[in-house]
Amino acid sequence: MFLGLYNYWIVVVLMMIGFYIVIAHGNLIKKLVGLTIFQTSVFIFYISMAKVNGGTAPIVGDGIEIYSNPLPHVLILTAIVVGIATTALGLALTVRIKEAYGSIEEEEIQKKDNSTC
Amino acid sequence: MAAPLCLLFRHSRAAWLFALIASGTALVISILLLQQVLATGLISYALGGWQAPWGIEYRIDTLNAFLLLIISSLSTVVLLAADTSISKEIPKEKHSLFYVLYLLSLTGMLGIVATGDAFNVFVFLEISSLSAYALIALGSDRRALWASYQYLIMGTIGATFILIGIGLMYQMTGTLNMHDLSNRLPEVAQTRTVFTAFAFVIVGVCLKLALFPLHLWLPNAYAYAPSIVTAFFAATATKVAIYLLIRFTYSVFGFSFSFTALPLQLLFVVLGVLGIFVASSAAIYQSNVKHLFAYSSIAQIGYMIVGFSISTVAGLTATLLHLFNHALMKGALFLALAAVMHRIGSVQLSALKGLGREMPLTMAAIVAGGLSLIGVPLTVGFVSKWYLVLALLENGWWPVAMLILLGSLLAIVYVWRIVEVAYFQPRVGPGELSKDSVREAPLAFLVPIWLLVIANVYFGIDTRLSVEVAQTASESLFGLSQ
Amino acid sequence: MNMSLETMLLLCMLLPLVAIVGIVGLGHKPNWRETVTISTCLALIYLVVNLYQGLADGEIIRLFLWEIFPGLQLSFVVEPLGMLFALIASFLWLITTIYAIGYMRSHNEINQTRFYVCFAIAIGAVMGVAFAENLFTLFIFYEVLTLSTYPLVTHAGTDKAKAGGRIYLGILLSTSIVFLLLAIISTWFVAGTLDFKPGGVFAPDVDTTVAGAILLLFIFGIGKAAIMPFHRWLPAAMVAPTPVSALLHAVAVVKAGVFTVLKVCVFIFGIDLLAVLPTTQFLLYLAGFSVLFASLIAMRQDNLKARLAYSTISQLGYITIGALLATSAGVVGSSMHIATHAVGKITLFFCAGAILVAAHKSNISEMRGLGRKMPITMLAFFIASLSIIGLPPTAGTWSKWFLLMGTIETEQWILMTILMLSSLLNIAYLLPIPYHAFFSDDNKQGSGEGVGEGVGEGIKEAPLPALIALSITTVACVALFIYPQPVYELATAVMENSRINYAD
Repeated sequence: MFLGLYNYWIVVVLMMIGFYIVIAHGNLIKKLVGLTIFQTSVFIFYISMAKVNGGTAPIVGDGIEIYSNPLPHVLILTAIVVGIATTALGLALTVRIKEAYGSIEEEEIQKKDNSTC
Repeated sequence: MAAPLCLLFRHSRAAWLFALIASGTALVISILLLQQVLATGLISYALGGWQAPWGIEYRIDTLNAFLLLIISSLSTVVLLAADTSISKEIPKEKHSLFYVLYLLSLTGMLGIVATGDAFNVFVFLEISSLSAYALIALGSDRRALWASYQYLIMGTIGATFILIGIGLMYQMTGTLNMHDLSNRLPEVAQTRTVFTAFAFVIVGVCLKLALFPLHLWLPNAYAYAPSIVTAFFAATATKVAIYLLIRFTYSVFGFSFSFTALPLQLLFVVLGVLGIFVASSAAIYQSNVKHLFAYSSIAQIGYMIVGFSISTVAGLTATLLHLFNHALMKGALFLALAAVMHRIGSVQLSALKGLGREMPLTMAAIVAGGLSLIGVPLTVGFVSKWYLVLALLENGWWPVAMLILLGSLLAIVYVWRIVEVAYFQPRVGPGELSKDSVREAPLAFLVPIWLLVIANVYFGIDTRLSVEVAQTASESLFGLSQ
Repeated sequence: MNMSLETMLLLCMLLPLVAIVGIVGLGHKPNWRETVTISTCLALIYLVVNLYQGLADGEIIRLFLWEIFPGLQLSFVVEPLGMLFALIASFLWLITTIYAIGYMRSHNEINQTRFYVCFAIAIGAVMGVAFAENLFTLFIFYEVLTLSTYPLVTHAGTDKAKAGGRIYLGILLSTSIVFLLLAIISTWFVAGTLDFKPGGVFAPDVDTTVAGAILLLFIFGIGKAAIMPFHRWLPAAMVAPTPVSALLHAVAVVKAGVFTVLKVCVFIFGIDLLAVLPTTQFLLYLAGFSVLFASLIAMRQDNLKARLAYSTISQLGYITIGALLATSAGVVGSSMHIATHAVGKITLFFCAGAILVAAHKSNISEMRGLGRKMPITMLAFFIASLSIIGLPPTAGTWSKWFLLMGTIETEQWILMTILMLSSLLNIAYLLPIPYHAFFSDDNKQGSGEGVGEGVGEGIKEAPLPALIALSITTVACVALFIYPQPVYELATAVMENSRINYAD
């Protein structure tokens, strides 16, 4: 039972790891890493959902009766693009924050903000 | 809904014109759509020629059309002022980029509202959010970066939650089309997976919605973004999230499931009321006017959530009305603030001293918007409050009605802080800089601001259009789900 | 002349707004600005009198503007009680304006244009309140009135004025939004209509607990009626210039409050229902308490305007009592008291303002001997005091008479005692002022406060416009005693309108 659904367990574990990192770490880059892990877990979730036992890649050809559901793959392709865009934007922001504050630690940034205003 | 072309215009003025035209066209289209929907009912458009359950479908009913109208009209009005406003706040070479992002964001929002496909919602959500993060980061203050980053983290988590929810739904039903989903979900309604999906979607949407206590990203994001962006987002972004909430709970999961499966009603009432009070009290203590109105937005979202949670036609009507009305008032308020920013370069409360004399029209607009927030008769705020309280009474929720009215007292307090500063304090205190005379805002601001203010009053007096549309929309939602 | 009465009704509301344009446009030319204001007043009176004649001829004048929500209309109708109120308001507005011109000029007040603009909006709102056909319309104008008087209260712009304004706005807006709005919406919900109907809108079998609760909400919600504990705004609003206080107390704001109370009692609840509600008795005692307690506080005030303010609170209690007594005598008394108190109190305030302008004194203890310097003012003060107390030959006599009749009819002996007692208190706090002014020597007390040397000289009578104004109202006080017919007729018409024929 548990082993049979091992891919879902991996999803859940990854998700929690990612989420934990986002919340617990003060370093902006690490937060982004966590976010990416979090997103990736969802990707895996979609992919494993699409898998049909004994299916092959969804290519139209002779003799192929069982194949994986292609739709989630398509979806997740989009989601991956979105994820990359998010990460890229996040990283770009981090660079700008580093330029503006000279730090990428959450606490230090807040300290600087509080002292200036 | 076509935006990236904007990139081609290097010259900022041209980009502005183009953006304006695009947004204006969207407005015209959405007006036509609304008319058509009111006349004939559903409109659906299958993208790429694939028929509904398989292909991506755009599906417009009254609710969508109403939202489309709100978003496109607000965006057009805000854009009118954009050219002048960003000329000071954003470096010249980034102007065309600004419009690109703006239009992208607009596209995203319109897309979310128009689409009938659950996954498409996610895609458009990310389009609008990503451009929103970038827009906020354009703010001149370095804190804008930090605000944008926070928003990014929270927003992405929210979006991912929605994604998980959608995935789970797909797993259970094998479809992504909302209409199809709503047909198929009841069969599997009692499984744990569906509950989980529901929970994920709701939490994700609430993050986007800035529902108390998930609102932490909002005040900073609003306060440090370029003023024009704030005006745009305040008027539209959270509205889209509310739309999603309504769409998912009422249409996709179905009314009976949403409100019986989880103690959602109680939860939302409590959160809504708490949101009203906590956010309004926070607003009272802000020294930055943008912060102040940002918190007030959170409080107003609380009103909408309360209306939503009543889960009757009347309650939903109130929510939709408030959606529309709040867009009008916040649009006017933040635009007026943008004008203030343009003239005096600051929106600290202390900087507003005596402005009532220097910029009478702008400040009068702020007062009018503020009165509307309080819910004084003859403004739109009153209309939505009226319906909300009526809906509450219909359900016999006396205490909540009382609390809501008490909440609007807090609005009096924070609005009046601004009024007192603006009208009863001398412009230049003794010993400060001598008269740097501040002139009235340029026409480019005044026209859109007063357009919105007049709309505020007009829809406060003649409510036929807004009430009728809101009512049909909510009735159709209940018709769908029962 | 050829105008239809409906147009006139509309004009009543619009005219002040039109005047604003003129006032703002001519803001830099004070003479012209004031000409516009005064001619507006005259035109308004003309309109209202015409409407009155129309009403006397038995015409039904109704004006429907448009529907705000389905079933909720913005509409107006002329009926006796509103007519009475409109007559008083428009008449006193004219006088107040005349007075204000004298007062504001000799005081060199700032922002006079803003002052006149808000004045005009306020009077437009009062007309709206007076002629409102349903509770909803009334509520709208009630709020407009609150907001338009706020800049008047804070006119001086000082910290004290701001604090006063904050209390003013805070109490009025919060009571109206929290209680009144809730009451209105509940009424709408329970009765399904908000129209003022003779005999009330509630079904006869309505749950008395619910209706009682709504009544509570109404009475507390109408903060303008200044029932304790929501009376604080009145003394706070004393920071305003005197014409504003006069307007607030005698013409616009408080009268709008008690007018609303009357309207609600007679036309929403209907006096039959009112009599059986469980909360009526409680509210009666509350109003009685308010009457008595405010009088007691008034005794202790040294500032003349503050004393008058508390006196107003107590007088407003009379009107509320009359309305809640739910008998025809009570309602007639209340209606008449709106008129008589208006005339009396405005005179008192004019006098207070005149003293302030001419002698720069606002404390009662400094007013000894002033009667010799300002004989007309002080005489007016004396007559108006008599009217407030309710002694002949002044107008206040009649309204008190009917109020007392009302209490006796319903055998509310406690309330009757309260009314009598309060009249005694009125004597105690009002009459000493003119008494000392005429018969005391100003040097006895005045010298101790360092004003002694200058008192004898510089003080003259008040400026002429002010003097004219306060003489007119004083004459009105007496005239209403000798010739109370129009007021009485209107007041009784209120009762006839509610189709309950009491033999009296």
